[in-house]
Amino acid sequence: MAETRYTKDHEYIRIEGDTGTVGISDYAQGQLGDVVFVELPAVGKALTKGGEAAVVESVKAASEVYAPISGEVVEVNGELEATPGTVNEDPAGKGWFLKIKIADAAELEGLMNEAEYQNYVKTL
Amino acid sequence: MAAEAEATTHDAGAPAPLKTPLHARHVTLGARMVPFAGYDMPVQYPMGILTEHNWTREKAGLFDVSHMGQAFLIGPDHETTAKALEALIPADILNLAPGKQRYSQLLNEEGGILDDLMVTRSADPDEDGALYLVVNAACKEADYAHIEPRLPPNVKLIRAEHRGLIALQGPGAEAALAAIAPDAAEMGFMTSRTMKVAGIKANVSRSGYTGEDGYEISAAATKIGEIWDTLLLDANVKPIGLGARDSLRLEAGLCLYGHDIDTTTSPVEAALNWSIQKRRREEGGFPGAARIQREFAEGTSRIRVGLKPEGRAPAREGTEIATPEGEVIGTVTSGGFGPTLNGPCAMGYVAKAHSAPGTQLNLIVRGKPLPAVVATMPFVPNGYKR
Repeated sequence: MAETRYTKDHEYIRIEGDTGTVGISDYAQGQLGDVVFVELPAVGKALTKGGEAAVVESVKAASEVYAPISGEVVEVNGELEATPGTVNEDPAGKGWFLKIKIADAAELEGLMNEAEYQNYVKTL
Repeated sequence: MAAEAEATTHDAGAPAPLKTPLHARHVTLGARMVPFAGYDMPVQYPMGILTEHNWTREKAGLFDVSHMGQAFLIGPDHETTAKALEALIPADILNLAPGKQRYSQLLNEEGGILDDLMVTRSADPDEDGALYLVVNAACKEADYAHIEPRLPPNVKLIRAEHRGLIALQGPGAEAALAAIAPDAAEMGFMTSRTMKVAGIKANVSRSGYTGEDGYEISAAATKIGEIWDTLLLDANVKPIGLGARDSLRLEAGLCLYGHDIDTTTSPVEAALNWSIQKRRREEGGFPGAARIQREFAEGTSRIRVGLKPEGRAPAREGTEIATPEGEVIGTVTSGGFGPTLNGPCAMGYVAKAHSAPGTQLNLIVRGKPLPAVVATMPFVPNGYKR
């Protein structure tokens, strides 16, 4: 079963073999409100853990989405260009942002698991 | 993920935020409250900004604008009071008919804008000499401090801090208000009357700041909640927060003080010429008149324009505006996503040579030039009741 890990900045990465699917958590989409635009990186771009991976814009504001780990972008969710509201409707599913090739699996160890993240959100 | 804008935390050490008379109702309705202009205000309700925006354009939205400053200027007769105010603003108030309303700007000696405001002449002959002002929440203390010492001894500024103010906006506003205040249906745009609303004495004006037909209703702070509650019983009326208020006024091409206009901009640069009537343009007699009259005659080096990005990416406040050749010729002062437009829109100041509608420009968003075109405003046709 695929395991999902979270950052304190509310990005998730769902680990499937040597790739990870990155998006924002349900909590994050709720805080943002209606998403109206998503800017995705180019396929092939090398991301650095904690660096900017994408930009998500609500009616009110633009927010940066950070890379949860380092690695190369292998696929982006082009559907979000036409239907950015998918990020609100199904953040963990169809609202994914990008897929990353996991460069260093050890980086995943520093991220929160599902239970840890849910506890973290309760403290906010 | 990290938001670039929107302060949602309260500064430690800052005074506790003020509450409007409707504060408890917002909390009960499930609003997300944020600090705004010293008040704890609803930025959105559970419906969300996009739905609230569309609801207002299609039905009727109810806004709490009690944080705004309401005040009366009281003098012995209309001429005296009007002249006292005309010394501070460039609008023609002397010839404002009873029960009529005008938009204007409080100007500094350089012709820069200290605040923008609505001025209403009472419809009641017994109140001849009374003008009702509505100013921005963030500016109200500074405005009053500016106005008071500049009044002649027989004109007084009376702050109406005991009053609440709500706005009902949208094509369904007339039917919703007329159901509890039948006289409201007869009112024309930018007129004001005193009437009973749900049995409560209120000042009603046919105006607003969304580009839609609608009303602003002022009543005693202790009573405004009853009007609010009664209006919300109408299935076509929903509460709307500051988030949608901002996207609605942006689509309507209306200025937000502190963003699109401030002390560094004149009304002519801000393309607010329409708000300065002919007599005042000719006679002057307001702060900064020399500059503003010169700008009317010779034009300005920069001017506020509408901007329509060609793609889907919004260009926010502070975005640089450049020519296709890369020369920076201005800055975005308000920008975002227009839900009714179903795309991004913005306004900003550009060099006059690049201000004609249809001019191709680039907006520099996150370092990349995004093509945009100078557009006429409003971005969405207004629905005012003429």
